[in-house]
Amino acid sequence: MSTQLALQTGSLYLGRPATVTAVRALTDKEKLFDVELADGPLGHEPGQFVEVSVFGYGEAPISVASSPTAPGGFQLCVRNVGRVTGALHRLQPGAAIAIRGPFGRGFPVDRLRNRDILFVAGGLGLAPLRSLIGYVMDRRSEFGHVTILVGARTPGELLFNDEYAAWARSPDTEVHVTVDRAAEGWTGHVGVITTLFPRIQVDPKTTTAVIVGPPVMYRFALAETFAKGVPEDQVYVSLERRMKCGVGKCGHCQINGVYVCQKGPVFAFAEIAGLEEAL
Amino acid sequence: MTLRVMEKGDLAAFVGRLIASEPGVVGPVRKDGKHVFARLTGVEDLDLAYTTTLLPPKKYLFPPQETLLRFRLGAPPVVEPVIEASPLVVIGVHPCDLRGIWATDRAFGDDHVDTHYRARREAITLIGADCLPDEHCFCTSVGSHLPEPGTFDLFLTDIGDAFTVEIGSERGRALLGRYGQTRDATAADLAELQKRRHAKEAAVRARLNVDVQMLPLLLESVSGSPVWEQLGSKCLSCGNCNLVCPTCYCFDVGDLMQLNLEEGERVRRWDGCTLVDFATVAGGHNFRREAKSRVRHRYYRKFQYLMTRYGRSFCTGCGRCSRSCLAHINPPDTINALVAEAEREEA
Repeated sequence: MSTQLALQTGSLYLGRPATVTAVRALTDKEKLFDVELADGPLGHEPGQFVEVSVFGYGEAPISVASSPTAPGGFQLCVRNVGRVTGALHRLQPGAAIAIRGPFGRGFPVDRLRNRDILFVAGGLGLAPLRSLIGYVMDRRSEFGHVTILVGARTPGELLFNDEYAAWARSPDTEVHVTVDRAAEGWTGHVGVITTLFPRIQVDPKTTTAVIVGPPVMYRFALAETFAKGVPEDQVYVSLERRMKCGVGKCGHCQINGVYVCQKGPVFAFAEIAGLEEAL
Repeated sequence: MTLRVMEKGDLAAFVGRLIASEPGVVGPVRKDGKHVFARLTGVEDLDLAYTTTLLPPKKYLFPPQETLLRFRLGAPPVVEPVIEASPLVVIGVHPCDLRGIWATDRAFGDDHVDTHYRARREAITLIGADCLPDEHCFCTSVGSHLPEPGTFDLFLTDIGDAFTVEIGSERGRALLGRYGQTRDATAADLAELQKRRHAKEAAVRARLNVDVQMLPLLLESVSGSPVWEQLGSKCLSCGNCNLVCPTCYCFDVGDLMQLNLEEGERVRRWDGCTLVDFATVAGGHNFRREAKSRVRHRYYRKFQYLMTRYGRSFCTGCGRCSRSCLAHINPPDTINALVAEAEREEA
């Protein structure tokens, strides 16, 4: 209520002042930013996104990569692909930015409780998914068996690979990693992410799948998941769109009649199955 | 009484007093053989005998480019919202364009109130006027041909030697009381008003061969229609239709820096869903890569998505997109082709 009232007199497009407190390069293209808001915690759910302002360059929608259960501020994993993300990549710790949000609907944590969870993360899809993986790891006893599949094009493009071992050490948790193309020194699995599916056991009655990746991955990963017997209403995806406003107005994120910034970015597959242009 | 009558000779005096006393008065003005909404410097600028303007009056509520925030770089940057609105009287707004403003009022005033829009909206006084339909107008098919209570402050209809003046708000009543000379309407005035309204309705030739309220349902079944293929092969993706539409409100947001590289503005600009890259994401994937899906999206917004959400067509029947389309794509032909196809399939 209080934010709604504040919006009556201010601007929907005015962010909250924030500071970048740490920057870490994850790959050649992605950096991880620790961010702290001047006025308190972000208060996000796993899977939500924020609009990040770098003044002079503009604003970009970025999903939150850290769990709300993590102490301190929050983290953004940003690929350098454009004007704003390029400017972000040039920031040093201490830099001032602004944050709007969190926006949208995150992963359905309450519906996942006590379920077995199959995570499927392709490329940068691990960034939003990590907010949920972190949440599940921090409250491990509240969830059933956890299977995490991670795929990237090359070993050098694997995100958060220093965290896989810790995830795998959690009770009742397995982590499988693959790359499309191996590189010098790579001893792990090689193949697209769907080649990991024959290696895993999935009980379709107790499993919920959470799949996040590039558009091309969804079609194949969804088919494998359904082939395991997981029903459409137990499969969640997070959709990437270029939200310019975050408040259901600018039109950029619209899929048919659905504003991804409002109803998503997380959807049960059953919700988007009939929407053309969704995947 | 909410209906008054102003003799024709008194209109010039009314407008003249408005121009002299109000900080901003705009209306339809001739420009290169067309009409545009522009500032009136004198009564002689105003030309109410017009069919349509190039751009709808939306530009006064949602300008092509507007500043949302102003900032000064530094540690930390100083940022302030910019809510800019000054009182403006808009004269000569046709019923279809009043309907367009109804639509943008919904879009910007819905659950997240856009204060930039709302401040301008509250500062505007709308004096509507009846219109002269041309071959592209199809307002009667979407129910936007009559001045609807709640969408105007005053509304003028030419009844020969005089104008009827409908009073739509207290603001309108006050404005008329302050600047206008009017008399009570007679039975003859009312009869003439009805006659003129019927004549106008009869003059609207283009039409949709369907009850517009049925369109959200009809569109459910025709998203795969060959009609979209045909339109997609013709559409040049130029964005003209978006540009001239009274209810297109999509926008882009970006920063502009001043030459001192210390101060800048966050601005929003009109964007258009028929432009090639509208649905492209950071990684380069375009979710509406083909022209047919972009054209279809635009039609579905007007006649299904937003219509379902707000209860009425977001197409106002103004015909501007028909007039401006280089490929001669127009809503009546498009909708009628879809209706004919649905009827063929039913038969």
